[in-house]
Parts: sequence; C-alpha cells; structure tokens
Amino acid sequence: MARSITYREALNEALAQEMERDESVIVMGEDNAGGAGSPGEQDAWGGVLGVTKGLYHRFPGRVLDTPISESAFIGAAIGAATAGLRPVAELMFVDFMGVCFDQIYNQAAKFRYMFGGKAVTPVVIRTMYGAGLRAAAQHSQCLYPLFTHIPGLKVVLPATPYDAKGLLIQAIRDDDPVIFFEHKALYDLSGPVPEESYALPFGEANVVREGEDATIVTLGRMVHVALSAADQLAGEGVQCEVIDLRTTSPLDEDTVLESVEGTGRLVVVDEAHPRCSIATDISALVAQKAFGALRAPVEMVTAPHTPVPFSGALEDLYMPDAQRVANAVKTVTGWTR
Amino acid sequence: MTGERIVAVTMPKWGLSMQLGKVTSWIVAEGDEVGVGDELADIETEKIAGTLEASDAGTVRRIIARVGEDVPVSGTIALIAPAQISDAELDAAVEQARAVIEAGVPDDAGGGPEVQTADVGGRKISYAGVGEEGDVVLLIHGFGGDKNSWLFLQEPLAARHRVYALDLPGHGASAKDVGVGDPAAVLAGAVTGVLDALGADRAHLVGHSMGGAVALAVAVGDPGRIASLTLIAPSGFGPEINVGYLRGFADAQTRRELKPVVGQLFADQSLVTRQVVDDLLAYKRLDGVDQALHTLLGVLLDGDTQRTDSAAALAAIGGAVPVGVVWGAVDSVIPAAQAQSVTGAVRHLVDGAGHMPHMERPGQVQAAIEETIARAR
Repeated sequence: MARSITYREALNEALAQEMERDESVIVMGEDNAGGAGSPGEQDAWGGVLGVTKGLYHRFPGRVLDTPISESAFIGAAIGAATAGLRPVAELMFVDFMGVCFDQIYNQAAKFRYMFGGKAVTPVVIRTMYGAGLRAAAQHSQCLYPLFTHIPGLKVVLPATPYDAKGLLIQAIRDDDPVIFFEHKALYDLSGPVPEESYALPFGEANVVREGEDATIVTLGRMVHVALSAADQLAGEGVQCEVIDLRTTSPLDEDTVLESVEGTGRLVVVDEAHPRCSIATDISALVAQKAFGALRAPVEMVTAPHTPVPFSGALEDLYMPDAQRVANAVKTVTGWTR
Repeated sequence: MTGERIVAVTMPKWGLSMQLGKVTSWIVAEGDEVGVGDELADIETEKIAGTLEASDAGTVRRIIARVGEDVPVSGTIALIAPAQISDAELDAAVEQARAVIEAGVPDDAGGGPEVQTADVGGRKISYAGVGEEGDVVLLIHGFGGDKNSWLFLQEPLAARHRVYALDLPGHGASAKDVGVGDPAAVLAGAVTGVLDALGADRAHLVGHSMGGAVALAVAVGDPGRIASLTLIAPSGFGPEINVGYLRGFADAQTRRELKPVVGQLFADQSLVTRQVVDDLLAYKRLDGVDQALHTLLGVLLDGDTQRTDSAAALAAIGGAVPVGVVWGAVDSVIPAAQAQSVTGAVRHLVDGAGHMPHMERPGQVQAAIEETIARAR
C-alpha cells in the first residue's frame, strides 16, 4: 500500500475500475461529460470539482451530461437502476436534493419493500456536503441526517482516500440506493490506496485511534478534527478512542457501545446541526444501551442550529474545531457528580 | 565480540517503507552486560512493534534514544563498548548520534529496495530484494502472508547475501488468480519464475509454513538449482494442523473476527497490533483474495487434516540438498513435534515462539538460516 493518491483520485479510480469490471455501470450528472452538446474533443470538466475527469473518453457513451434539472436526472437514474443498470449520479451539492426528494425517499427507498423484495434499485447518488468553502447557506449543509432517517436508503461518508475508494466500490455493487457524501474540503487529502479493487462493507465503523479515557464518535471530515484534538490531548496525558462511523445507515452500534463500555465517556462530533442529528442519534443509542457504563453526561460538538453563515469569520466559528472537541473531552473526563 | 572499539546499536529497518522508529521501552540499562541475541529494547514503527536483539556482546555504556522519540533508520540508539574506552570518547559518539536523531529523516532517504515485478505465465508476481553481493536467498511466505512478513530478517540477512522476498500468487501485490487445476504448481511456478527473472542458476530457499511446501516442490522440480532449504514450521510433515486457524483466517470478514484468529499465530499477543490486523483485513478485501484463499484451503486441507505430503517431497530430493528446519516451540497452528518428520534436517527449536518465529525471534531464525546456507558450501 505504498502508493499515495488523493481522495478525488481515489473516487475517480473506483468509478473507472467498476466501469471496467461491469458494463452496466454508468455515470451521469451536471458537467460530468464536458457540457451539453460537447463534441467530446476536449476532456470533460469532470463534474463540479473534477471527480469524473477522464472517464468520458475512456468509456464512450457511458458518461452522460444532464440538464440542470435534478428532479429529472435523479429520477432517470433511479428508473435506470430498476431497469438493470447501475447508475452513479452526481448531484453537485446535497443542498439541491430537495427538488428530487420524491424520487429518492418515496420511490427509490421504497421499491424493495413495496414489491416484496423482488425489486432492487442499485443506484448511487454522489453528492458534496459541508462548510469551509465560503459557499454560504445554500451550498454548505450537512444533510446526511435527513437521509439516515429514511429506511431503505444507505448513507455513506468516507473520511479518507482509502475509505473513499472501497466504500464507493461497495456502493456501486450494492443492490440498494446509496447516498454517498463527499466533503468538499477532503478532495485534496492524500493517503495510501491500493491499486487493486476492493470493497469495504457497510455498517463497519473504523476505530482510527485507540484510547482508554474517552470515546469520540465522529464521521466524515470531522474525523480529522477529532484526531487533531486527540493528538493534542495525548500530549496532556488524555488518551481518546476515535471512532469513524463510515456509514450512518447501516450503523455499527457494537463498535460504539464496546468502546463506551471501555471508556465510560462519550463525545460525539458531528458537523450537522444539533437537532435530530447523528450526534443526537449516537447519544440516544449510548444512553439506552450503555447507560450503566457512562461515568459522565454525553457531550455533543456540532454546528449551531443556524444556516451556514455567509461571513467567513462567522463560518469559521460555525464549524466544530479541534479546540472545541478537546474542551468537550476535558468536560467528560473532568466531570464529577 | 566488541574487542576494543565502540559498537553502535542502531535503529533497525523493519520493512521497506520504514524510515522512523521509536524505542517504547529499554530492556537494558547503562552498565548491563549483554550477549548476542539478548533483548535490548522494544521498538515500534508505524506498522509494527518488535524487540531489538543484540548483534554484538559487551557492556552497554550509553543509552542515547529517549523513550518515545523518533529515530531515523540506522541512527545510533545506544553504545556498547569495553571498559577501556574513555568517557570522553563515548560522549563524542553520543553527540554525533544525537545530531543524527535531531536531524530526522534525510530528504534523500530512499524507500529501500525497489519493488519489482515479473510476468510468470501471464501472472504479475511482485518481489523485492536487498543486498549487494553473495548468493541469492529467496524468502517464501505462508498462507495469507506476503513479502513483508520477512521484515525483521531480510535486511540482516542482506549483509552477506542477495536476499529477495516474493508475494506468492493470491497474496500481497501479486496477481490474485491461483488457477483452478493445480494451484500448488502455480505457486511453485511463481518461485521458479522469480528465480528466472533474477537470472539465478542457484539459490537458497527459505519457506514458511505453506511456503515451506512450496520451496520443497520447487526443489523436487529442479534439485540442482537449489543450494539449500530452510523450512520454518513447514506444512505437510504430519496430518495435524489447526483447521480453525486456517478456515478462520480465510472466512474472517471483520476486524472483530480476524483479530483472535491472527492471535493464534503468535506466542506474544502484543505483536497483534491494530495495524497488523488492519493490514491483513485490507489485503483480504482486495478483489480475488477471498477466492484465492479458499482455493488454497483446498490444496492444504483434506477434511480436517493436511493434504500436502512434504515428507514424500523431501524423500524425492534424496538428501541432495542441505535442509534445516526451524519451529516455534509453542506453535499453535502446526505442532512443533512434526519437526521430527523432517528427515535428515538439522532442527532448530525456538523457545517462546509460535507459528511466526521469524517475527518473534528473528535473531535465532537468522542464525538457523545462516547455518543451513553454510552447509551448502
């Protein structure tokens, strides 16, 4: 595993290897193929941040540009999935998902259930989330809790290049609809990635750091924020266990509960808003199933219950950072009755 | 022996990618007398934890590397010297060593030997070599292993030999297809193919577990090419084998399932680090590995006993090749008692080691390999 590539390259490689392996895999989305009406003589733009670059020429006819009409092309992707293809549709920003919610939560998510297990919908919807790019209220949200709420959808948030490739390959091979969340600020992150294909199973959290004093449960870009806090705390003699959930649906409850049973202290770090979020979900899980192990109240580190601010100074304050995580850990480790 | 000079104890290079290591605890203290093979310090890298053994005897006069501090590979971490060496001389050496540690990894530090590939019958076979001169020694890993399992041995052996380690088909960075008709022949063919790629007319083979049976198969095919055979806990010298381990390794899908299985390989459970388990899991999840491992299970097992007959293979070579056999005394995968069936071999029993003596007691295994190689001359 000596080779190091970026998160963006890892996603591109996963798409290319799956398209190579399985002819039914197609890619579609806005600017995926180089602009509507492009003769294809120049390389495709490759989507808004270049993830699908190079695929248009390599797989003729299988990378489709779509109009700027999310409700139409997400519906088309879901329909194509029910008819035997394995579409990977790119919906630039999760913030735009609202216009195609019926197709996603009332159609794709329900087919397997409503048709007695006889229908499968192997569609992947790739989308960007998260603050930090000065893109303001309508292009910066973390809406994965909305999708986690809906039975029938699988929800995936890779934090590293290795996970990005393995989880996207699993998403494509999976027979259920998968909403695949890519954080904008992670695309240039480099890390070791095998050249060969591999699939990472859903519902398996990753213990990215072991420790006995407190458990930090987190996901997506916040994994790196939590690790940075854990490094800082280790210098002060506090050892944190950091758990990257990797998928919020299905959820690996066992890894979370086993860790909290060991540490007795829980901090959940979630970039989403605090209400009905992954932070509240994990807190409730632990309160219900590991109450006896808790030695302090659970701490949540989240964004506030406001839209993402336009002001850069406010946006920086809006996002959870390592210092807030470290403070939360000190609160749970220092708590006395 | 140290004679009348200062001997530097240096940070070892364990694995091709290692550039830094840290001492996690010192087992010896300044003033202690040590002999060759005595444990000096516990050392940890990004990938693995292990114990550094003394390669020279003498008095530990200075301990230089602090616990937890990053030290570049080959940086001096302690000094062994006889009493007549003055404190001033030692202090000068310490100062030099500290400067190396403070400087960190040099910018031009290479990643060690280049990993090379050979095309063997349409399969990509990955191998890596170190050592400038001497005979060719080829290291063959066992079931589910790869060339990195020799990380404690390859560099030390390279002081006197050209030492190569390969990934067998189905393993490491080699092609994952092991064939359907006769996978054992495919594995042996990969070894022969690497020897061909190296232009080696003669080579010493060192095989671990399933790799021991592979080495024997290569020797049966072309005994004149094999200068010596060192078999480490080889498969096929008796019916008994821990099928729970073999099937458990092949079937494990998660870290939770894999960790206790990997634990059965070692006497010292502290070697089963998260990184070791994660690396194995990453390997097992590569496309084609699951099928390769299950195909090889069928080669290794006949029901709940070993299918391979290595004793017959050894008899077929008929004493033409010097053979050494090394076994961990507390091997819980293949019982050490099967060493008695390795007819005509010099036997080395390694106390306190499980199925991976080359990782748990590399110094003793290195000595056994050197002893076997020496008999080929």
